[in-house]
Amino acid sequence: MSAAIEILGLEKSFILHLRAGTRLGVLRGLNLTVEAGECLVLRGASGAGKSTVLRCIYGNYRPDAGRIFVRMGAGIVDMAAAKPREILALRRMALGYVSQFLRVVPRVPAIALVMEPALERGATEAEARERAAALLFRLNIPPKLWDLPPATFSGGEQQRINIARGLVGQQPILLLDEPTASLDAENRAAVIELLREARGRGATVVGVFHDREVRDAVATRTIDLAAEKAA
Amino acid sequence: MIELPLLRVTGLAKTFGRLRACHGVNFELFPGEVLGIVGESGSGKTTLLRCLAAELEPDEGSVEFRNVEGELEDVHRMSEARRRFLQRTQWGIVHQNPRDGLRMRVSAGGNVGERLMAAGERHYGRIRAEAVAWLDCVELDPVRIDDLPLLFSGGMQQRLQIARILVSRPRLVFLDEPTGGLDVSVQARLLDMLRRLARDLDLAAVIVTHDLGVARLLTDRLMVMRRGEVVEEGLTDQVLDDPHDAYTQLLVASVIA
Repeated sequence: MSAAIEILGLEKSFILHLRAGTRLGVLRGLNLTVEAGECLVLRGASGAGKSTVLRCIYGNYRPDAGRIFVRMGAGIVDMAAAKPREILALRRMALGYVSQFLRVVPRVPAIALVMEPALERGATEAEARERAAALLFRLNIPPKLWDLPPATFSGGEQQRINIARGLVGQQPILLLDEPTASLDAENRAAVIELLREARGRGATVVGVFHDREVRDAVATRTIDLAAEKAA
Repeated sequence: MIELPLLRVTGLAKTFGRLRACHGVNFELFPGEVLGIVGESGSGKTTLLRCLAAELEPDEGSVEFRNVEGELEDVHRMSEARRRFLQRTQWGIVHQNPRDGLRMRVSAGGNVGERLMAAGERHYGRIRAEAVAWLDCVELDPVRIDDLPLLFSGGMQQRLQIARILVSRPRLVFLDEPTGGLDVSVQARLLDMLRRLARDLDLAAVIVTHDLGVARLLTDRLMVMRRGEVVEEGLTDQVLDDPHDAYTQLLVASVIA
């Protein structure tokens, strides 16, 4: 496999036991290949399963059927069959993920939160701090906020902390779930620039961007999940 | 990944009279891994933890711990002396109520130093220096080293209990509702400290909690218990974001966010 990610026959539904066992089928037999170095943007109406695809790749959702091959260094891991420890190792080494929410231990300073993924990948304290500071600076977080916990930050600032956390580990694959949803034009531009740089060092990006400006700026390929479903 | 599990639990069961407190529990825990056990009160979480920590003998099944020589030893089939030695040096239990884990009429420094002495250290200066270092590590002011834990707040007692356990460099720690009766601000600090310690010391831990927020932030893997059985397990974020079992869905849906 030369691709960074190869998805075969992915099926995912949700059974809502609290709603009399209602079954929501979201993905049915999805096939998708993402070549190394491309920036694939997932499109589709709300509920089409864009976030579900990202979460399945990240190992956050457990698929009903199918395979999700993810390249890690010289090896390949099937996310759909991997054990919890393998998933954690794969995330650490190969997958950066930016979700729509910032979920962190309260009262921890923003810069420490951003350093964390780098430390987990084995960076020294000094390296992690340097990388975190560079990202926070690029994302226009004023240095006077760096030592404060982000709970009191604005929505846009929290989202930028989240983006910095996703990028600081410099994993070869980045999964981005609407990272620019609550950002103003200046910060969108900063994110676009950071994503271009990540691709410049060879990173593969799979993302959901509602913002047309960002999408047009970063996408090398776009697929429509609704059309994939119909096909 | 040829790393071997530190703890291997097979077919564990414990009954109290006619009550099945826990049964059919199987799992492996690896070095550096943090496992959470969640479920409502009475679901068997604490019973399971006590069986794992060799505080309570199970009726069936085994709990095997990998010793420093790399061999698995059944903690319920070893001699009492061996078990006590391992409890003092290789693993530690952080009780929900710090009073159960501390000696309240011995100074803070004495509480920390005691485990070092139990592990064979005899040099007073070194013991005191280590105690100071660990008090500092859990963010207790070392000037309080000679105070009795009775005079500490609940959060301070909890941190002292953790220092007392960690001073002997255990490879495995059991925590029973570690943030239980603490106020929210202290909880957050304790959570951050536990995360850092697990990462920096490559510590494995089993944490019983009913707080899904704590579980999300602190654990790698989660087991959901109900009526003594594990109804669902997986990576913590999988279990909380994509719960399959009806009871887990109820738990997740009931969180006040």
